Amino acid sequence: MSAFLTVNSLSAVLHGFDQRVLRSVSFSIDTGEVLGLVGESGAGKSMIGKAILGILPSAISIIEGEILLNGEDLQKMRPADRRRLVGATAALIPQDPLTALNPSRRIEPQITNRLVDILGWSKSDARVRAMELLNEVHIDSPERVMGSYPHELSGGMRQRVLIASAFAANPKLVIADEPTTALDVTVQKQILRLIRELQARHATAMVFVTHDLGVVSKVCQRLSVLYGGKIIENSRVPDFFKGPRHAYSRALLAATPKYTDPDASLLPVDDAVIEAVAAEVLAADKEWRHGA
Amino acid sequence: MLDGRGSINRRLGARLWLSGIWLGIMAALALFAPMVSPHDPLAQDLFAGRLPPFWMSGSDPAYVLGTDSLGRDVLSRLFHGAQIAFSVALVAGLATALVGSLLGLLAGYMRGWVDIVISRLVDIWMAFPPVLFAILLIAVLGTGLTSIIIAIIVIDWTRFCRVVRAEAMNQSAMDYVASAVVAGRPRRDILWREILPNVLPTIVALLTLEMGIAVIVEAILSFVNLSISTDAPTWGGMIAEGRTSIHQAWWVLAFPLGVLFLTVLSFSQFGEGLKDRFDPVLR
Repeated sequence: MSAFLTVNSLSAVLHGFDQRVLRSVSFSIDTGEVLGLVGESGAGKSMIGKAILGILPSAISIIEGEILLNGEDLQKMRPADRRRLVGATAALIPQDPLTALNPSRRIEPQITNRLVDILGWSKSDARVRAMELLNEVHIDSPERVMGSYPHELSGGMRQRVLIASAFAANPKLVIADEPTTALDVTVQKQILRLIRELQARHATAMVFVTHDLGVVSKVCQRLSVLYGGKIIENSRVPDFFKGPRHAYSRALLAATPKYTDPDASLLPVDDAVIEAVAAEVLAADKEWRHGA
Repeated sequence: MLDGRGSINRRLGARLWLSGIWLGIMAALALFAPMVSPHDPLAQDLFAGRLPPFWMSGSDPAYVLGTDSLGRDVLSRLFHGAQIAFSVALVAGLATALVGSLLGLLAGYMRGWVDIVISRLVDIWMAFPPVLFAILLIAVLGTGLTSIIIAIIVIDWTRFCRVVRAEAMNQSAMDYVASAVVAGRPRRDILWREILPNVLPTIVALLTLEMGIAVIVEAILSFVNLSISTDAPTWGGMIAEGRTSIHQAWWVLAFPLGVLFLTVLSFSQFGEGLKDRFDPVLR
């Protein structure tokens, strides 16, 4: 069986710059599988998610590669068709719960809009479904929350609402863009458990973007390590934590603070390792240019 | 509750209520001017010229704020002047807000060539000095209330356009807009239902500011006699007239000037107060 989502040698450039910001990225995800995209800030993790969903900033454009969603090439579709397909099958759990909800609208329409307008549900059905979802994300008083404005809810509550709204239309694919980064650690744990629970129940394929390897070990089955917009290692999660193949991944893993040994000093990624991986990326660039 | 500029509650109270009360009173007087005016604003009585206001010796209790050099009642003329000022403020303000905000929203949300065309147009437009532009327009359109309103719309839509465009761009970059795009909602729907409600507080604040400006512009144009007919009771016309007799009858100048000042000040303060009040983040 072919994978649910396949990304094939996807490259993107920033307008006015020669360098690629995504460098021939390829990966695939099966139904019910969670893939972690790991890397430091600016490695292009979020950009991959945005490219799949079609919400790249206008300054970045895709120059080659294909994105196959359920066998259909998104890049070749008409924009309206693409929006419809993505809207019906995929959803986003955004990074910052503060800006991801419209501050001047109540919660209820923000969850039910997609159901009513795009999928043609009746208002009352959508309302029932929204209540169900808020129950599913363990919100005690869904009635009250639905009538609230976002600023009346805490960060953790808002992220729950966003997760509920992402799973509202039974998506086949969810892109989670650092969903726990803006939350504090205790809330993080609950939210992670929640995402996993919902993902498993709905057998959703999921791309989980994060810079936290600890999170990856809890949520993902496979992971891809990114540097400078290039995937430098694809591994199954258990194999990765037993011993990463790439030197950069090893340094990244070593730099993760250990809860078992809180007094140990933080280990920065060695300069030599970074130079090596940067050189590797540039070499790949050269090869790509000759090929093109 | 405190923010960087001081206590929000204190500002809400003083600003919004004081300016609101003043504007409310003036609007009511404007609306019912024919009923509340003790005299016909155009009726002259040359034997009762330059009567002082009620607290000074030699005043006539029939003319509470005195009379001008032609013996016309200052109070009645103030009320009828308010009628002209407020109708210009309302019609010109709303129309300007509508035109400018619409173009600003489109430019800020659509970006691309729409943005380029609208933004360049705004740049070119703003290069003209506004008062000269207004006088030029009146010269072409002819004097009259309609011409003043058209002139204000034509000149001031850029003010809305710029600010609303920036705000719309700001809102478009928010994650909730990205989520709406991912959900497959149409662009028109996103613009009206997601972005507009968040730009609305800015538009309302600008609108009240614009109403104040409209009052000033009307006063300027009637001061230089480019408004409606010369003897019509406009505040600007009263000020121009009072200026010539300031040494004999200061009240003819002082009352319309004071009322004009307070009204414009109230409009801008009311706008600021409203913005603080309805800003969903501050609220």
